[in-house]
Amino acid sequence: MPKLPIGLWVERIVDWAQVNLDALFDIITLIIRVLVTSIETVFLSVHPLIIIALVFILFWFIANRKIAVGTAIGLYLIYNMQLWKPSIETLALVLAAAALALLLGIPLGILTARSNLIHKIIMPLLDFMQTMPAFVYLIPAVLFFGLGQVPGLFATVVFAMPPTIRLTGLGIRQVPVELVEATDAFGSTEWQKLIKVQIPLALPTIMAGVNQCIMLSLSMVVIAAMIGAGGLGNEVLAGISRLDIAKGFEGGLAIVIMAIILDRVTQSFSEKHKVKA
Amino acid sequence: MSKIIVKDLVKIFGDHPEKALKMLQEGYSKDEILKKTRQTVGIFDINFSVNEGEVFVLMGLSGSGKSTLLRCVNRLIEPTSGTITIDDEDITLAEPDVIRDIRRKKVSMVFQRFALFPHRTVLDNVAYGLEIQGVPTVERREKAAQIIETVGLKGWEYSMPDQLSGGMQQRVGLARALCNNPDILLMDEAFSALDPLIRKSMQDELLSLQNSLNKTIIFVTHDLDEALKIGDRIALMNNGTIVQIGTAEEILTNPANDYVERFVEDVDRTKVLTAEGVMKAPDPVVFLKDGPHVALRQMKEHGISSIFVVTRERKLAGIVLAEDALQAVKEHREEFKDIIIEDVPKVRIDTPVIDIIPVLAETKLPVAVTRDDDKLVGILVKGSVLAGMVRKGENIA
Repeated sequence: MPKLPIGLWVERIVDWAQVNLDALFDIITLIIRVLVTSIETVFLSVHPLIIIALVFILFWFIANRKIAVGTAIGLYLIYNMQLWKPSIETLALVLAAAALALLLGIPLGILTARSNLIHKIIMPLLDFMQTMPAFVYLIPAVLFFGLGQVPGLFATVVFAMPPTIRLTGLGIRQVPVELVEATDAFGSTEWQKLIKVQIPLALPTIMAGVNQCIMLSLSMVVIAAMIGAGGLGNEVLAGISRLDIAKGFEGGLAIVIMAIILDRVTQSFSEKHKVKA
Repeated sequence: MSKIIVKDLVKIFGDHPEKALKMLQEGYSKDEILKKTRQTVGIFDINFSVNEGEVFVLMGLSGSGKSTLLRCVNRLIEPTSGTITIDDEDITLAEPDVIRDIRRKKVSMVFQRFALFPHRTVLDNVAYGLEIQGVPTVERREKAAQIIETVGLKGWEYSMPDQLSGGMQQRVGLARALCNNPDILLMDEAFSALDPLIRKSMQDELLSLQNSLNKTIIFVTHDLDEALKIGDRIALMNNGTIVQIGTAEEILTNPANDYVERFVEDVDRTKVLTAEGVMKAPDPVVFLKDGPHVALRQMKEHGISSIFVVTRERKLAGIVLAEDALQAVKEHREEFKDIIIEDVPKVRIDTPVIDIIPVLAETKLPVAVTRDDDKLVGILVKGSVLAGMVRKGENIA
C-alpha cells in the first residue's frame, strides 16, 4: 500500500485557507494586535515601581498577604534583572491569549456538558490539540499571520484552550443530578438553570480550568518566541543560541516568577469560590 | 372532586418504546419485554385519582416504580402512554412552557435528599421558586421569610444549608416547595433520609401543617408505618404497577394478594404477629384435682418456679408458685384452694405482640394465652416472645 499523503492534504487545506480566508486572518490579526499592544502600553507607560506598589495593594485585598508580598518581591527581582520590558510583553501575550481561550473555551465547555453529541465530537479534537507537539502549530500560524506576536498568540490559544473546555464541561456535568432536577421541578428555564445553579456550582472547577489555561499560555508563549513573539522567550532563546548561561538563566527565572505569581493568584480565586457541598 | 387523575399510565425506558408498548398490551411480562426489546418497563397499567386536599401515599420497595410515577405527574419524566389530568386539564402532551407554568405555580416537589442549593442561603433557597418567576427581591424574600417562620426555622434565614441538621434542611425543602403556594405537593421519600425520631416529628408536623394548608399531597415512601400514619389512602406498588389502593385499614385487614400481605407483615412485625405466633405449648400444667404435691414435682422436674393450673376442660384456673406449693406440702394440705393465684396475667390468642410486650414487662409471672372459651392454649415468657419474633422474621425473609 502506497504512503497516504496525509501531510499533503493538510498542506492543501492550509494553502487554501491562506488564499481564501485572507480577509478573516487580517481582521483577527488586527484585533489581536490591538489587544496585545493596549495591554503592553498600559503596563509600560507607568514606572515599574508604581506598578509593583499597585499590584501589591491589589493582591493584598483580592488574594492574601502572603501572595501580595511574594508578588512584590518577585516583580522587583524581574525589574532588578532589567527584564521588565520583555516580561510585560510576555504578560500581555499571556493575558490576551488566556482571555481569548476562555472566551471561546467556557461557552464550548458548557455546550459539551449540555449535549452528548457535541461532547463526542469535541473530545477527540481536544485530545488532538493537546497531544500534537506545540511546535507544529507554529507552521500554519506563521503562514496565516506572518511572523510576530499574532501567530504566537494564535498557537497559544489553540494550545491553552482544551483544559478550559474540559474542566468547564466537567464542572457542569458534576453538578448533582438532584439539584438539576430540583431546578427543573420549580419550572426554571434552561438559561435560569445554567446561570443560577449550574455555573455557580461548577465555578471551582471552571476556575481550575482558568488556572490551567493561564499556565499553559505561559509555557507556550516561550515556544512562540521562535516565531518572533518576543518577550521573555526571546531572552531564553538568545541565551540558548549564544550559549550565554547568565542570560538564559535570568530569562528562565523571570518566567518562573511570572508563572508562580499567576498560578497563586488564580488559585486563590478558585479557593474563594469553593462552595462546601 | 378529583384533583389529579392518572389513567393507563405507562413509562418505558429505552430508545424504542413502541414495540415494548405493543408487547405490554399483548400481555407480555416485564422480563420478557426486556429480553426481547431491551426496553425497560418502568411503570405500567397505572390508574388512580387523588382528591383535593387528600394525602395520597405511593408505597413500595425500591425499584417498584413509585418515584418514576411521581415524576410523571409533573413530567420530570415523560410518560410513554396514558394520560395525566390536573384540574381537568390534560397535561400529558402540554407544551414545555405550559408545563413550566404548572411547575411554577401549581405543583411543587420535595426531595429525598433535600436537593437544597448549597451556594444559596436558606432564604434564597426558599425564594428560588419565586425568583425564577421574576418576583422582585424584596417581595419574594418577605414571602420566603414568612414561610420559613411557618416551618419553624425563624432565625436561620441567612445560614447556608450545610450549617443545618438533616431535619432542618428538609424543613427548608418543604418551605421551598410551599413558597410559591402550590395546590399540589409531590413528596419523594421526603423523610426517608432522616433519623427515626426526627422523621416522626416531621410527619407530625406535616400533618398539622396539612390541617391548615389543605394541599393535595402525593407522598412516596417505602415505610409502611409512615404510610399508615400520614396517608388518607395508600397505593401499594410492586414491580412497576399498583397492586392495591385503599385506606390504611383496608390494606391491613384485607390485603389484595400475597405480596401485599407479606409487605404489610414485613414492615412492623410487632403489629402483625400475634400471641399465637410466639407462644410455647402449655406444658407442663397441673389439673385442679392434682394438688400441691404433683405441682411441686412437675416444677422440680422442669426447673420452673411457677405452674399453671387448669380445670378438666383445660380452662385456666390460676397459677401456683413453687414456694407456696412447698409450704402447702409441709403443712400436708391436699388442695390448691389457699395457694392458687387466680388473677393471672393473660392475653387472648390474637393479641398482637406490640400489646403483649407491656403485659410481659409488668409481671414476673409467665403470661397465659387463652382462647375465647377461656381454654389455656399457650404460655408466654419473655424469652419465647423474642425467640418467636426472630423465628418469624427468618421465615418471612
